[in-house]
Amino acid sequence: MTSVVGHKPFSPSRLAIHATLLLACAVYLVPLVVMLLTSFKTPDDIRGGNLLSWPDVFTVIGWAKAWDSVGGFFWNSVKITVPAVVISTLLGALNGYVLSMWRFRGSQLFFGLLLFGCFLPFQVILLPASFTLGKLGLANTTTGLVLVHVVYGLAFTTLFFRNFYVSIPDALVRAARLDGAGFFTIFGRILLPMSVPTIMVCLIWQFTQIWNDFLFGVVFASGDSQPITVALNNLVNTSTGAKEYNVDMAAAMIAGLPTLVVYVLAGKYFLRGLTAGAVKG
Amino acid sequence: MASLELRNVHKRYGSGLPDTLKNIDLKIESGEFLILVGPSGCGKSTLMNCIAGLEDITGGEILVEGSDISGMSPKDRDIAMVFQSYALYPTMNVRDNIAFGLKMRKVPQEKIDEEVARVAKLLQIEHLLTRKPSQLSGGQQQRVAMGRALARRPKIYLFDEPLSNLDAKLRVEMRTEIKLMHQRLKTTTVYVTHDQIEAMTLGDKVAVMKDGIVQQFGTPQQIYNDPANLFVASFIGSPPMNFIPLRVQRQGGQWLAILDSGQARCELPLTVADDAALEGRDVILGVRPEQIVVGKGDVGLPAVRAEVDVIEPTGPDTLVFVSLNDTKVCCRMAPDLAPQVGESLTLQFDPAKVLLFDAQSGERLGAQPAERPRNVAQFKGR
Repeated sequence: MTSVVGHKPFSPSRLAIHATLLLACAVYLVPLVVMLLTSFKTPDDIRGGNLLSWPDVFTVIGWAKAWDSVGGFFWNSVKITVPAVVISTLLGALNGYVLSMWRFRGSQLFFGLLLFGCFLPFQVILLPASFTLGKLGLANTTTGLVLVHVVYGLAFTTLFFRNFYVSIPDALVRAARLDGAGFFTIFGRILLPMSVPTIMVCLIWQFTQIWNDFLFGVVFASGDSQPITVALNNLVNTSTGAKEYNVDMAAAMIAGLPTLVVYVLAGKYFLRGLTAGAVKG
Repeated sequence: MASLELRNVHKRYGSGLPDTLKNIDLKIESGEFLILVGPSGCGKSTLMNCIAGLEDITGGEILVEGSDISGMSPKDRDIAMVFQSYALYPTMNVRDNIAFGLKMRKVPQEKIDEEVARVAKLLQIEHLLTRKPSQLSGGQQQRVAMGRALARRPKIYLFDEPLSNLDAKLRVEMRTEIKLMHQRLKTTTVYVTHDQIEAMTLGDKVAVMKDGIVQQFGTPQQIYNDPANLFVASFIGSPPMNFIPLRVQRQGGQWLAILDSGQARCELPLTVADDAALEGRDVILGVRPEQIVVGKGDVGLPAVRAEVDVIEPTGPDTLVFVSLNDTKVCCRMAPDLAPQVGESLTLQFDPAKVLLFDAQSGERLGAQPAERPRNVAQFKGR
């Protein structure tokens, strides 16, 4: 197969393809480059030069100031995101297991209704959610925000796992039942170990959704418990004093880095997991 | 090991839906090999799942060693099953697959190691113990699936079409191995298949099923020689039994079947138990290809000459097709005696071996000679 790739490296059509791809890459990367360059400039440098110019002196002062203002909120986001992702993924796996392997009367209808959750816009559930959180005594707490994210994410994680588990032959569960395994043993010992690609999809999907969420964060958290997205907004939209673009850019980078890291580490599972069960492997 | 008895087992998936299993009555002794055979949709796999406890029965009793297990959960029934798809746990290696059932039953570790070693030796899979199922060939996966069942030493083994995913050559090999294993271990086994050759070769007892009803239950020889009805007769045997439609005539107190090849006619005297049974009925004469005597000279049986239409050499035998009563009839001959197409051939029929069926209901008509062992079928008509 390598000979096919190496065949005629300089043919015009191949050059055209690569040129187009490079151009597309450049277009997508320019904003990131501008952000990175600006974050390392001094405020004077930013006002004096143009967007794409190289910094006169590289300085991390913007990053240090940014971390001072949003660093605390970064940990808030971690405290919200990690439990919410883990809980919603585990519950989604359990839901998917029941809906595919232990069908009950009306389970198809139940699954259909659950799917509606995937189409609900955030805004629709703001009032009912805040009412519920108030009743539970969880208003303005990190726990409350975790709860909202778990409930909202369940529709998606259930869908992912259910669609993966329906592709697994029933005989596997039957064999385990005859071997003497119970409901949770079958789930924990046989199905979960097979679900690594789907777990990765859920982790990436839920992490991105919850880390990047702004609306729930701004509505259901206040003051010191706010997530980094809200803190970033407060920092950037401040109208007092001179605009420190280097700090803004560095803070935006800090806010965006974790999702980037998750994609790089788990990305290869993402496409594999999304297409799992689509073709017989 | 244990005996297994099904008493009046009944299964329906919902009220208003037709019965999936109707009044199943079967009994095998400890160590016997029972085959459930029939076309797809006949209920044989459902019956097996009911025995395993994976599906509940609507009525009746399932007795193992005389005690009813039909209310128990699968894990308490002490039954092991080999699945058509093998259903090996993909994330566990072969050793863990075999040991899983023992671990679930809290067997001590040294006993587990002992059992795994015993089973691996028995099935010659010792060198595969650390591999994952995906690294095994179909035949090896099949062995591991059997090993998983054997390790637990259950009361009853269930096999659900275990050979149908293998290629033809391996299927024959594994069939012999299963038979050998059963001869050595004398395990009570229920084996589901749609393959009549597996049914004939493996079973001590065979239950032929159709539409949720056991059409006939008996030894392979009883099923083959003495089929209870047209369906059983047509399902068992390869090449299948010939079915020649005819009307019978009465002549001097003797019923005669008339066979007409176009160039000749033959009158076959029938031994009928009940005289009224044949009066004015359309009947079907059943005769197996090897029961038609051809090319061996006159042996003193009723004979008819017929022209050969087609010849199919299979190697050990040659199948010769002629036309009788406008129906294609197959005869099995030794290859060196086989005629050419277009030649005429003398066919002789043994009246003691032919079977008669009612053309409408398909039921066997009481035409069998008295010295033949009585049919033990528990056939229940609709």
